[in-house]
Amino acid sequence: MGFLLFLAKRLLVLIPTFIGITLISFVVMHLAPGEPMTIQADFNPKMTPEMRERLRAQYGLDKPLMVQYATWLKGLVRLDLGRSFSADRRPVWDKIKERLPVTILINLLSMGLIFAVAIPLGVRSAVKRGSAFDHMSTVLVFVGYAAPSFWVALLLMLLFGVKLGWLPISGLHSMMGYGEMAGWEKALDWARHLVLPVLVSSIGGLAGLSRYMRSSMLEVLRQDYITTARAKGLPEKKVIYRHALRNALLPVITILGLSVPALIGGSVIFESIFAIPGIGQLMWKSVMARDYPVLMGNLVIVSVLTLLGNLLADIGYALADPRIRAQGEEGG
Amino acid sequence: MRWMAAAAAFVVVLLLQAPGAAAAAGLDPVGPDYGDAIVVGSIGDASNLIPMLASDATSHEIAGYIYPGLVKYDKDLNLVGELAKGWEISEDGLTITFHLRKGVRWEDGEEFTSADVLYGFETITDPKTPTAYAGDFLEVKKAEAPDRYTFRVTYKEPFAPALSSWSNVVVLPSHLLKGKEITKSPLARHPVGIGPFRLKEWKSQERIVLEANPGYYDGRPYLDRYVMRIIPDPATMFLELKSGGLDWMGLSPIQYSRQTDTRFFKENFKKYKYLSFSYTYLGYNLRSPLFKDKRVRQAISYAIDKEEIIRGVLLGYGVAATGPYKPDAWYYNPHVRRYPYDPERARELLEEAGWVDRDGDGWLDKDGRRFSFTIITNQGNSLRANTAQIIQYRLKQVGIEVKIRPIEWTAFINDFIDKRRFEAVILGWTLGQDPDLFDIWHSSKTGEKQLNFIGYSNPEVDRLLVEGRHTFAREKRKRIYGRIQEILAEEQPYTFLYVPMALPVIHRRFRGIEPAPAGISYNLIRWWVPKAEQRYIMP
Repeated sequence: MGFLLFLAKRLLVLIPTFIGITLISFVVMHLAPGEPMTIQADFNPKMTPEMRERLRAQYGLDKPLMVQYATWLKGLVRLDLGRSFSADRRPVWDKIKERLPVTILINLLSMGLIFAVAIPLGVRSAVKRGSAFDHMSTVLVFVGYAAPSFWVALLLMLLFGVKLGWLPISGLHSMMGYGEMAGWEKALDWARHLVLPVLVSSIGGLAGLSRYMRSSMLEVLRQDYITTARAKGLPEKKVIYRHALRNALLPVITILGLSVPALIGGSVIFESIFAIPGIGQLMWKSVMARDYPVLMGNLVIVSVLTLLGNLLADIGYALADPRIRAQGEEGG
Repeated sequence: MRWMAAAAAFVVVLLLQAPGAAAAAGLDPVGPDYGDAIVVGSIGDASNLIPMLASDATSHEIAGYIYPGLVKYDKDLNLVGELAKGWEISEDGLTITFHLRKGVRWEDGEEFTSADVLYGFETITDPKTPTAYAGDFLEVKKAEAPDRYTFRVTYKEPFAPALSSWSNVVVLPSHLLKGKEITKSPLARHPVGIGPFRLKEWKSQERIVLEANPGYYDGRPYLDRYVMRIIPDPATMFLELKSGGLDWMGLSPIQYSRQTDTRFFKENFKKYKYLSFSYTYLGYNLRSPLFKDKRVRQAISYAIDKEEIIRGVLLGYGVAATGPYKPDAWYYNPHVRRYPYDPERARELLEEAGWVDRDGDGWLDKDGRRFSFTIITNQGNSLRANTAQIIQYRLKQVGIEVKIRPIEWTAFINDFIDKRRFEAVILGWTLGQDPDLFDIWHSSKTGEKQLNFIGYSNPEVDRLLVEGRHTFAREKRKRIYGRIQEILAEEQPYTFLYVPMALPVIHRRFRGIEPAPAGISYNLIRWWVPKAEQRYIMP
């Protein structure tokens, strides 16, 4: 019963938080100089002032900001994100929907790659603390972290795409003959196109996670029960992978949970470089064109995911740790 | 650059050089083969393929292959009929009667008639239609379709740019659109056209594939397909070109001059260059006391070495501008006052205007105030930023202090240009084929958000601009616009800097590319590839 009450409270808190997020974003967005018309019409000799005003009225931009916000909120209640201000006037959800799969795919792959590389790297660095391997891997992940991704991307393209000719340079699949490929050929084609983007988007993420893993592992290795395990004569491998790693992984899993909203966030830099039609490019274009409905639409999705991610984390803690639940009941 | 894109729809580029190679290709004894595809790189995606609703260059480029206009510019920049066989202009210059081609069919088999044009006209002038192109059509008093193949418009007063406005923005399939809301029409993404190509596939931000329209009235294109790949990053696009993923892209001066000398390039590509329909200028806010005096503006023009800017910024791929037109247009006037690099003359003029270095600190001063001003330009345009630096260096030598401030585009327009809060600005204009300059130089256009933002006002120019709009005869127009160029050259409200070149490279296998004053893409539908060299075989 207490838990259900805790859950209900948490859910109720989410609503004002969510409205607060959208309201602040809405206002801040309109504070930026320029309007959709600035982009479409300024400096166009064919554009008369009457037409500009007409466009403003069509977009509803002639009304006070709070009225605009209320209109938008009313649409949201009916799950209608409105139509884009760009020339195509397509429904916002359609525009976001067609970008989502490829963004999620790339983010999943690169997250998988980051975890698959960073965790063993961190563990080994911790176990061999102060060794040449530790120093080398530290230097390498930080070089990867510090190098601008667009630069790394161009170098890799030049090497694998132009000089060696092994991999395609940009896009998601071949332009010509793709339609005639068999299923497995299509999969292979996609895989070849995804190698570089996934690689580049992972390189920057290695540093953080591998460092985190290393320090967490070091922390665990200092614990008494590890000493005990060693003392009772267990093989070192068993000590590290059975006893130490399991405990060291717990905080890392929290990071995984917090990365959920990042799954749909795109990166404009590598999407532009690799010509990938993802969320990042859509958002960048929308910001530059002051396409408010698309920006708000994306914001809604990201903030809902973030709030849900936090809620899940809270629930997870509550289930694991009764003390937190108790605090929740006291109103904290 | 965005505003350039808006105007670019009606812009054709003009070829200066490299005619020899293409002429040889035209002599191929075998004759044209059908087949193959051309893959073109574009930085931006199209937005809407209903021409009147789009304002970006990519949409107009693609829609241009799907919807032809009533008239078009031919390779020598003369207006000729396209969907209209011909037209008559009444004695008083008020009425234009178009005679439409018979038997031209939309993709779905319906015949193209005057009703389609009338529908297009009614839609573009409808206040509910969000279009940037209504301006020219609001000058029309009456439009009518007396029969299926005749379309007649009557203007309130003679309007010379009118004829060219009957392009593809008003040609739409009325049988699919009538009575429906145009902004929500599926035609925006699935056009039903009448032109040489039809849309095969459009994947947002990825690619647009056009295929030859077998029913095109003038004979289908030789190429089976036109594929536009959207690659937002120019460096990536260049790598794609090098790896064989693209057949055609426009290069920057540095790529063109330094990075295309490899054997691979020479074996696979041909380079072209031609003057674009645009120019870059240094504009002065004429409301500022600094620039009220004509002699000061002339002095700055003398102090700037335009050739040096062209060499340094464009690596030589451009020519010095003397006025608001490019040198190979028929209305260009070469006999205007010129400002060769002459710092001595600049110092004399400045002294006449009262600017002397009285305190010996190296900067000119007058009434105890140093001659110092700020040039603003839009952020992200390295050509303009570099131009500003060269100007800064040259003006320092005559004792004028220049500060440079690049500003993000929307803030640049909203907070500085629109509010007239600037001293000098480096920008560029893209111009159409018609010489009309009313919006940029007429004194009635100095209001907020209007394009005469420097505040230029000259009664004679005002009168000539109106006269030019009312005159159809080419020779008379040439005299009118020639005089305007003389006045502008004398008064230097802008220092006209340079006209840059367009620098495309195209794969060697394409034949039939015939450079002309209109550029190269005007006859894309007659480009072809010999069977043996065809690269993409369509099923």
